[in-house]
Amino acid sequence: MTRFDYAPAPESRAVVTIADSYGLFVGGDFVPASGPSFPTVNPATEEVLAEIGQASAADVDRAVAAARTAYEGVWGRLSGAERGKYLFRIARILQERAREFAVLETLDNGKPITESRDVDVPLAAAHFFYHAGWADKLGYAGLGGSPAEPPRPVGVVGQVIPWNFPLLMLAWKIAPALACGNTVVLKPAETTPLTALLFAQVCQEADLPPGVVNIVTGAGPTGQALVEHPGVDKLAFTGSTEVGKLIARSVAGTRKRATLELGGKAANIVFEDAAIDQAVEGIVRGIFFNQGHVCCAGSRLLVQESIHDEVVHRLKRRLATIRVGDPMDKNTDLGAINSATQLARVREMTAVGQAEGAERWSPACTLPDRGFWFAPTVFTGVSQAHRIAQEEIFGPVLSVLTFRTPAEAVAKANNTPYGLSAGVWTEKGSRILWMADQLRAGVVWANTFNQFDPTSPFGGLKESGYGREGGRHGLGPYLTTGATR
Amino acid sequence: MHAASRRGSAGPGAFLGNVAQGSRKDARDAVVAARAAGSGWAGATAYNRGQVLYRVAEVMQGRAAQLAAEVAEAEGLSAARAATTVAAAIDRWVWYAGWSDKLAQVVGNLNPVAGPYFNISAPSPTGVVAVLAPQGSSLLGLTSVIAPVIVSGNTCVVIASQDRPIPAVTLAEIFATSDLPGGVVNLITGRTAEIAPWLASHRDVNAIDLTGAADATGVDWGALEAAAADNLKRVLRPEGDGPAAREPDWTAPPGLHRMTAFLEIKTVWHPKGR
Repeated sequence: MTRFDYAPAPESRAVVTIADSYGLFVGGDFVPASGPSFPTVNPATEEVLAEIGQASAADVDRAVAAARTAYEGVWGRLSGAERGKYLFRIARILQERAREFAVLETLDNGKPITESRDVDVPLAAAHFFYHAGWADKLGYAGLGGSPAEPPRPVGVVGQVIPWNFPLLMLAWKIAPALACGNTVVLKPAETTPLTALLFAQVCQEADLPPGVVNIVTGAGPTGQALVEHPGVDKLAFTGSTEVGKLIARSVAGTRKRATLELGGKAANIVFEDAAIDQAVEGIVRGIFFNQGHVCCAGSRLLVQESIHDEVVHRLKRRLATIRVGDPMDKNTDLGAINSATQLARVREMTAVGQAEGAERWSPACTLPDRGFWFAPTVFTGVSQAHRIAQEEIFGPVLSVLTFRTPAEAVAKANNTPYGLSAGVWTEKGSRILWMADQLRAGVVWANTFNQFDPTSPFGGLKESGYGREGGRHGLGPYLTTGATR
Repeated sequence: MHAASRRGSAGPGAFLGNVAQGSRKDARDAVVAARAAGSGWAGATAYNRGQVLYRVAEVMQGRAAQLAAEVAEAEGLSAARAATTVAAAIDRWVWYAGWSDKLAQVVGNLNPVAGPYFNISAPSPTGVVAVLAPQGSSLLGLTSVIAPVIVSGNTCVVIASQDRPIPAVTLAEIFATSDLPGGVVNLITGRTAEIAPWLASHRDVNAIDLTGAADATGVDWGALEAAAADNLKRVLRPEGDGPAAREPDWTAPPGLHRMTAFLEIKTVWHPKGR
């Protein structure tokens, strides 16, 4: 019998216009960078999309000065209600231009268009809506030093974001900062700057006062210049634990504040009484969503020994249906790895897993010839000591371990320096609540995984960083009181 | 051992007693004890922790005269000022005791996510906290840095005021003879500058309170904060401007920040459905 295959269902890229080159967004205008430019490429095709300006320390200095001027002259004095109106307007424009943002995100990042269309862009708009409403209600948030003392903005905020959710991470950073009355200088990741630059146009379209949002593009040195700039009052960083520690050292002994959203090696724990098919969907969502480029990815599957074979069997059967390929195709499940550098890292770590004796498996799938691609990969027979059970891979690679008792599951789940997220799959309510208490993780997903919402605080324990983003708790780092200065 | 000296009416520099001089080994042992006590203390009910803190206040009350004499000698206060200070310290234990079963209600909340999920954010203790107790306020300040750390379920290793350690020794006796489980508070007397770096860089310490860096001889709080970055400890900086550190006014209302500095907000999701 002939197998029915999917017909191609490509999204059109006609909705976006990409310029040949981009400058920086400083003081409300696009200005040329003083450093050399660098290309941003489509990771699915290796096509150069645009040349991006590299901000020098002098450029960063100008951006911080613009943010300071805007803070002292306009934004810091504006009423909460007026700030909120700008944020509402930005949220609406993001929704109106959602398709444009989704297509641009997929071209620059390599993630499937269905994810940028259904997750990244709607959530980014939702973050602006949520925080717009907070702007004139901060006195009710219970974050002042005492009931009589309302909180105040911190000042100028430097923000450095990663490449895995470029627009969404921008929204997580900028929306609460602006709602609380701060101004920002944001550096997008060097491999995914385009949606941040499009967002700069949205700021212009919304008539946001010049200098409230400044975007400086570049790589590590640009980020370092921003982190070390003495005119920055607070830093917000999402990225690797290694860089997070550098930032923590950089602010040591100063009065600069920092929030850090760093790496993870989340355990996704499946008990024998779980609804297995739902758990398998959760495992897939946990590690193959966004190509596994997720700091809270469920990269360690801890499955109760009695159902190990059954779960692995069903997981492999499910993975055989995953469609890897053109991110612009609406039927694609797994897109491109974001960069050659990241692909090399994933290859290196999977080679280590094999060399250390874990059993490697991938479904049969043909990968495109050009671009950066990696097939979904499962390692079974993994032990706690294996590097693929300890180190973050940040790719579509799952390590499977087993446990016998709830106490063993907890001990293994907590046995990493990280503590960002965890998953629990069981039909037993009391066990869910006990596990949630025991797991050293900032987010615990029970019978679900990788859910995000603007009202829900996100952030880690231990070496996954500190501070929360989203929800009432996410406002705290962007506010100050006499006692917490 | 090192000598604690008198600043009271008998004149500054008078000999008060010999006090154990804690070493880095003592600090490490204390971290082990604090870690071992962690799960039991964090797992105790909030009601129970509140009862234990209140009991500390009660036992202090019974030894108030002794504490007042020691505070007067250590800090050079009049008898009346010392008695007021001890009363304030006792009141502070009572105040924090009451927070144990209210903190989660005040700093936690449900989150109305846009989907069929139950979603709740609640605080959990950070873990083992190293505390540099203030150099000046030997009992009220000491109380004001220990109580907010332990009320939420953290355990701690505290370096007492270097030059005013005797009230801390008495407070340790009070802990030992009240209901506080062993290991929840570990008090070390000794030289802050000598011991603090070992706690700041210790991999099994989750957080550090640098309040006692103010007026501590040879202590660079920036260097301690930098060392704390090795395992991303939560750091409560000393008050002050720029690199300068200033001991807080311990008579001011404490607020929440000494408690919230050592809490981790944990958010739990679960689907709703029939």
